[in-house]
Amino acid sequence: MTRIGLVVNPVAGLGGRVGLGGTDGPDRPRVALSLGARPQAGARAAAALGELAARAGGPARDGLLVVTAAGPLGADSVAAAGLADRIVYAAAAGRDTTAADTAAAVRAVVAEDVGLLLFAGGDGTARDVLGALGNVHCPVLGVPTGVKMHSAVFAVGPRAAGEVAAAWLGRTGGVRLRDAEVMDRDEDALAEGRVTSRLHGWLPVPDVPVRVQQRKTGSTTVSPEAVGGIAAEVAERVGEGLLVLGPGSTTRAVAAALGADVSLTGVDALALRPGHPPRVVARDAREDTLLALGPAWLALSPIGGQGFLLGRGNQQISPRVLRAAGGREHLLVLCTEAKLAALGGRPLLLDTGDDALDAELSGHLPVITGRRRTSLYRLAM
Amino acid sequence: MTASHAPVSVSPEEARIAPKPRLRRFQQASWDEKLIFELGSPGERGVLVPAADPSVPMPAIPAALRRAEPPALPEMSQQQVLRHYLRLSQENLGADLNIDVGQGTCTMKYSPKVNDQFVRDPRIAALHPLQDEDTVQGVLGIIHSLEQLLKEISGMDRVSLQPGAGSAAIYTNVAMIRAHFAARGELDRRDEIITTIFSHPSNAACAKTAGFKVITLHPDADGYPDIEALRAAVGPRTAALLITNPEDTGIYNPRIEEFVRIVHEAGGLCSYDQANANGILGITRARDAGFDLCHFNLHKTFSTPHACGGPAAGACAVTEELAPYLPRPTVEFDPATGMYRLDDDRPESVGKMRPFYGVVPNLVRAYAWIMSLGAEGLRAAAETAVLNNNYLLHKVRQIPGVSVPYAAGRPRVEQVRYSWEKLHEDTGLHSEDLGLRAADFGTHYWTSHHPYVVPEPMTLEPTESYTRADLDEYAAILAEIAREAYEDPETVRTAPHRSTIHRVRPEALDDPATWAVSWRAYRRKVLGEAGR
Repeated sequence: MTRIGLVVNPVAGLGGRVGLGGTDGPDRPRVALSLGARPQAGARAAAALGELAARAGGPARDGLLVVTAAGPLGADSVAAAGLADRIVYAAAAGRDTTAADTAAAVRAVVAEDVGLLLFAGGDGTARDVLGALGNVHCPVLGVPTGVKMHSAVFAVGPRAAGEVAAAWLGRTGGVRLRDAEVMDRDEDALAEGRVTSRLHGWLPVPDVPVRVQQRKTGSTTVSPEAVGGIAAEVAERVGEGLLVLGPGSTTRAVAAALGADVSLTGVDALALRPGHPPRVVARDAREDTLLALGPAWLALSPIGGQGFLLGRGNQQISPRVLRAAGGREHLLVLCTEAKLAALGGRPLLLDTGDDALDAELSGHLPVITGRRRTSLYRLAM
Repeated sequence: MTASHAPVSVSPEEARIAPKPRLRRFQQASWDEKLIFELGSPGERGVLVPAADPSVPMPAIPAALRRAEPPALPEMSQQQVLRHYLRLSQENLGADLNIDVGQGTCTMKYSPKVNDQFVRDPRIAALHPLQDEDTVQGVLGIIHSLEQLLKEISGMDRVSLQPGAGSAAIYTNVAMIRAHFAARGELDRRDEIITTIFSHPSNAACAKTAGFKVITLHPDADGYPDIEALRAAVGPRTAALLITNPEDTGIYNPRIEEFVRIVHEAGGLCSYDQANANGILGITRARDAGFDLCHFNLHKTFSTPHACGGPAAGACAVTEELAPYLPRPTVEFDPATGMYRLDDDRPESVGKMRPFYGVVPNLVRAYAWIMSLGAEGLRAAAETAVLNNNYLLHKVRQIPGVSVPYAAGRPRVEQVRYSWEKLHEDTGLHSEDLGLRAADFGTHYWTSHHPYVVPEPMTLEPTESYTRADLDEYAAILAEIAREAYEDPETVRTAPHRSTIHRVRPEALDDPATWAVSWRAYRRKVLGEAGR
């Protein structure tokens, strides 16, 4: 029997259509409902399960057990999709569900040895899942139902979530997990009038290209090989010098390929020297630490699901840091060709908070896509 | 973009000329045939070859080349072999069997069978490449004449027919670019080659293989190669631009001369990948746009068949300035003696790209194809290919769920990269699902090179070979599949149902541990037998 976990945040996305933004915090969902919002998270979770069941088909479908929480926390969606459930958590009756319910449900579900945890929600829910999992390793996939979705843990839609889940559960080898960023809006910055987001951590997400590629040539879509090529190119460009690595799945993989042990969500600085292992000179560095480094190469990769290069999750790399490092000439943008193509022609986005600097950085920049390979790609404010 | 479910309006006149095509009740043969290595039995044989007459002296085969034991080949009668391959052929969708307009970028035009008769003629088939050149004057004459024809078609000064395929021709051109800058002492500072994401990936691959750094340009918002990106990319390090035109989107780059000028002003060379030349034969030429080098795929544009992945044939054409670097030997004609000869004494040559002087059977086919059409015929073929493509475009864009990204409202040249993104958003089905469903109607299509810049892609290239009825039938198949996708997605998702084509798990192709491309590898990796 295949076990899959499901946790729905029933209030996720409520604020979107009524202009409230996210529904994090105890009061917002009720306000949203009073403004006429209709819950949609449960229906979207059911759509994802429906797609999963359709793709699993026949005996696999009959052998599918969804481990979940009672009522709107998951069981309603499982019933709507016509699948078998096992309920391992129930919120106390007579009150609205909260983030604490999400966390408790996640812990109860993953204790049941599920092959994949589906959650329906937005960035706030993703943070709750990240916190609840702690050190428990369980593949996770987000069904997008929230208002804010800067995180890279979501499938592109409910159906796509079902498709990825089916590919992951039915795998016979070849499907890998990738570390995907959990991002959320930075409420401190918001209070100061700046819209920006913070990187909170990483969740293991099945790396199933939703547009499964047909082969004519022999290249691959998910490729540690491409990351190795990018790492080699970075090492060649820097030679002997300082390399500041922003957060991002590509920069992290590059750091690993270079043999450096870097922090999870922060900005790190390495001293590179040909023929020697890299030396970590700053870990999880703040703006002032980076400023003190002086001239350095800055390696950045697009972060989250929307192609932000600066201003989301890497605010430590501030306008002052960018200028002190040497500006555009010292910027190394790292991205695989497949990831660039997935942007659908949209530019890489800049939001440093300094319009003059953003304008200076805008325009075509060679993005490193492999060893001795670049793509000229547009950066825009 | 039309994306409604409204039926296509057809005038009575149109209905009379092109009645609504009937969808075939196709059912492919499925033989459940074993691999040939699993057939036959020890001692079974087909033809008994008579023993050599002991009175005839035979040169001794060097001991190092002699096998200690016979090769482990299947032992079968001739009839069994014939039956085996006939069965396999019935489980295929060959170019002579289906309406093969779906293999976009490949130019699957009809290959006239008479050209194969020429190739099988003993005067071609019995030649050996090591024969003295005095004894192969006929075939050298054909090669020389084909070179003259391709000079005229490209506008260039010299041609080499040695490369064995399109990618080999691209590599040959890159090697000549390298030789050119090496001869000028500039190679150490000119180490960058620029290409575009919609040019064939072999351009980037060959440039990198030859030691250049590769800069790839992405399209602008209209789908044209981004000229601002080109300006940002060129500089004193630029060795060359390798570009296809029209690109694989079927969009002709109207600023191609400006692209060439920008690169020339920076001191770089321009090489034209003419894989997509089928819509521009006799209409425009590489030289006229200012290019220094170009190549043709004779197995595409000039009808020598693709032959299931080879052998193909490539032709490189260059300006006089680059001629010294052409592969050797070249085929020369000496008017004084009236004889053709092979010139191996070319010190600046990039050397041999393959043994001898080309894939001769394909050169004969290409020569015959061009000669049978003549200059007027080549242009008519190109015009018909463009007309066919835009007719199919007109039909396909009316199918619900299809869009035609980029260059809105403009016609395409010889192919179109369509997108099923809307249908995917509506139904969850992928372009690959629809392509597999097409197998249930006895045809297929190809999506795109990757990465997929156009989401949910489908690339169709009808060439000049297909009739209006063929195109109507093909469009009707796509329309039927789109209807099913909206009304009965399960049928499409689980297709094919009436074909022997399979769904393939693509992730397995990423894992060398699962590849078994030979019987020996199959025994080791799949059957788990000890390695031999």
